[in-house]
Amino acid sequence: MITPTGRRRRLGEHVTAYGFLCAALVVFAVFAWYPAIRNVVLSFQEVNFVRGSSWVGLENFSYILDDPLFAKAWRNSALFTLYALLLGFGVPFVTALLINEFRHARAYFRVLVYLPVMLPPVVVALMWRWFYQPEGGLINEVIGGVGLPTSEWTNSSSTALISLVIASTWANMGTATLIYLAALQTIPGELYEAAELEGAGILRRIWHVTIPQTRFVILMLLLLQVIATMQVFTEPFVMTGGGPEDSTVTVMLLIYRYAFVYNNFGAASAMSLLLLLVLAVFSAAYLRVTRSQQT
Amino acid sequence: MRTLVRPAVLKTPRGRLVYWSLFSVAIVLFTVAFIIPLYWMVTGGMKSSAEVARNPPTYIPEEWHPSNYSDTWDRLELAQYFGNTVVLIGGAWLLGLAIQLPAAYALSKLRPRFGNIVLGLMLVTLMVPATALLIPTYLTVTDVPILGLNLINNPAAVWLPAAANAFNIYVLKNFFDQIPDELLDAARIDGAGAFTTMWRIILPLSRPIIAVVSILSITALWRDFLWPMVVLPDPAKQPITVYLQRIADTTSLNMLIAGMVLASIPLVVVFLIFQRHILAGLTAGSLKG
Repeated sequence: MITPTGRRRRLGEHVTAYGFLCAALVVFAVFAWYPAIRNVVLSFQEVNFVRGSSWVGLENFSYILDDPLFAKAWRNSALFTLYALLLGFGVPFVTALLINEFRHARAYFRVLVYLPVMLPPVVVALMWRWFYQPEGGLINEVIGGVGLPTSEWTNSSSTALISLVIASTWANMGTATLIYLAALQTIPGELYEAAELEGAGILRRIWHVTIPQTRFVILMLLLLQVIATMQVFTEPFVMTGGGPEDSTVTVMLLIYRYAFVYNNFGAASAMSLLLLLVLAVFSAAYLRVTRSQQT
Repeated sequence: MRTLVRPAVLKTPRGRLVYWSLFSVAIVLFTVAFIIPLYWMVTGGMKSSAEVARNPPTYIPEEWHPSNYSDTWDRLELAQYFGNTVVLIGGAWLLGLAIQLPAAYALSKLRPRFGNIVLGLMLVTLMVPATALLIPTYLTVTDVPILGLNLINNPAAVWLPAAANAFNIYVLKNFFDQIPDELLDAARIDGAGAFTTMWRIILPLSRPIIAVVSILSITALWRDFLWPMVVLPDPAKQPITVYLQRIADTTSLNMLIAGMVLASIPLVVVFLIFQRHILAGLTAGSLKG
């Protein structure tokens, strides 16, 4: 049984603990929990800064569904994510495999691929906008110089989206490469030896040893990639502004336009709610993967 | 350590040939892909405005104008925008630690009633990426509940939301969990209160993890663009990245490039100096997270 003094002492400890927690509770309440709930409420409201907000039912949703850009933005974001999975995961995967086999200059490769991560994304976007210029731009100059066909890059609606993915992969592949490299170094060498004794060639060793042994990290990186690229904003905003012919309008870019260009915060919230629902699925999967890896 | 390829294979003539040819191709390819763009930027910032727009471009500047950089620094008033960036990032980093360290300590060592529920509610926010909550967070910042403050154009609009970082609290708490309770009991018997215990015992032992959390926070703040752009519409308050984007279409190209190079230097230099620690922290942080 707890004596009265004991209970008081323990109560005092709880109070002390909440004293240490209070600042965090306040910032989480105001800037994380409240906005998350408010997003749902706002989706069903017309937001007016002067007269106050009023309920409008599903009007915001019918508004965004009627917007011809709605389907386009989702299609572009999904395509961006797909390309970014192929490039943004495929390139770091191969790079990490290669670096792990090299016996020389490993530190050089590591620093090299991670260097762009240190550049502000705005600088990367402005810089690639300049590189992509069809006339006199660095990219066409280099690939034209070695005899490959040049391209219109961000100036043509058929290549603009993939151009953004290439720039984004260049800038962000360092993180995935180094995380994957760290995972490769945890694979026990005996597994490769055993596979080799059974006559497995390099490709089969990758398929039967490397990939299964690192499947958690692979899954984690894939999910992180999807979550990050579904929210892509800076690259289309800075490099193309959504054009040409709306070929790079992404979901986040449309949310930004609704709110800060058309001043329609209700429609922006409705669109955000849809994006949140999509992202929550991937985030939940991500948390499950990381949790199961720890236990 | 044994990897994909058997070490003995690398000693055969054919193995050596394949290794060195792959290695050379990789070195050339990666150097071209990652060094040429940076070279192009640095030299672009030194070309005259006529030369930088020329087609075909010049690989080596015909005329070198290193003074472009100092001109750009003065004419674009970069000192002011660097100052803004330092205030925004430094403030968010310090305030973040001041809020997250005690919270992680309380959840790990003081273990109050409902502590697990609090931690759970914090971790749930990881499922809801901050970018996707742009609109409601923005509206909250324009009119903070109860206080009724409008934080637009105030650095606190960047500091406060950044402090609500569940990942940092989680990483710190996991580290604190590994510090044996006996150490804390000994301090308590000596009469140390909860704050003294945290300050004198927990924090000195936690320097490595504080470094990791700091690196991750500072890089994330440095990379953020959309949030500072919408909450700091006053040009005089903007960080250098938002400022460069705003003036990109109205500034001559060579000056813009020089500005971009100057804006990139601080973190690149920090990275090159501390790369060992940063790369170790990155992989530790992500694999534990």
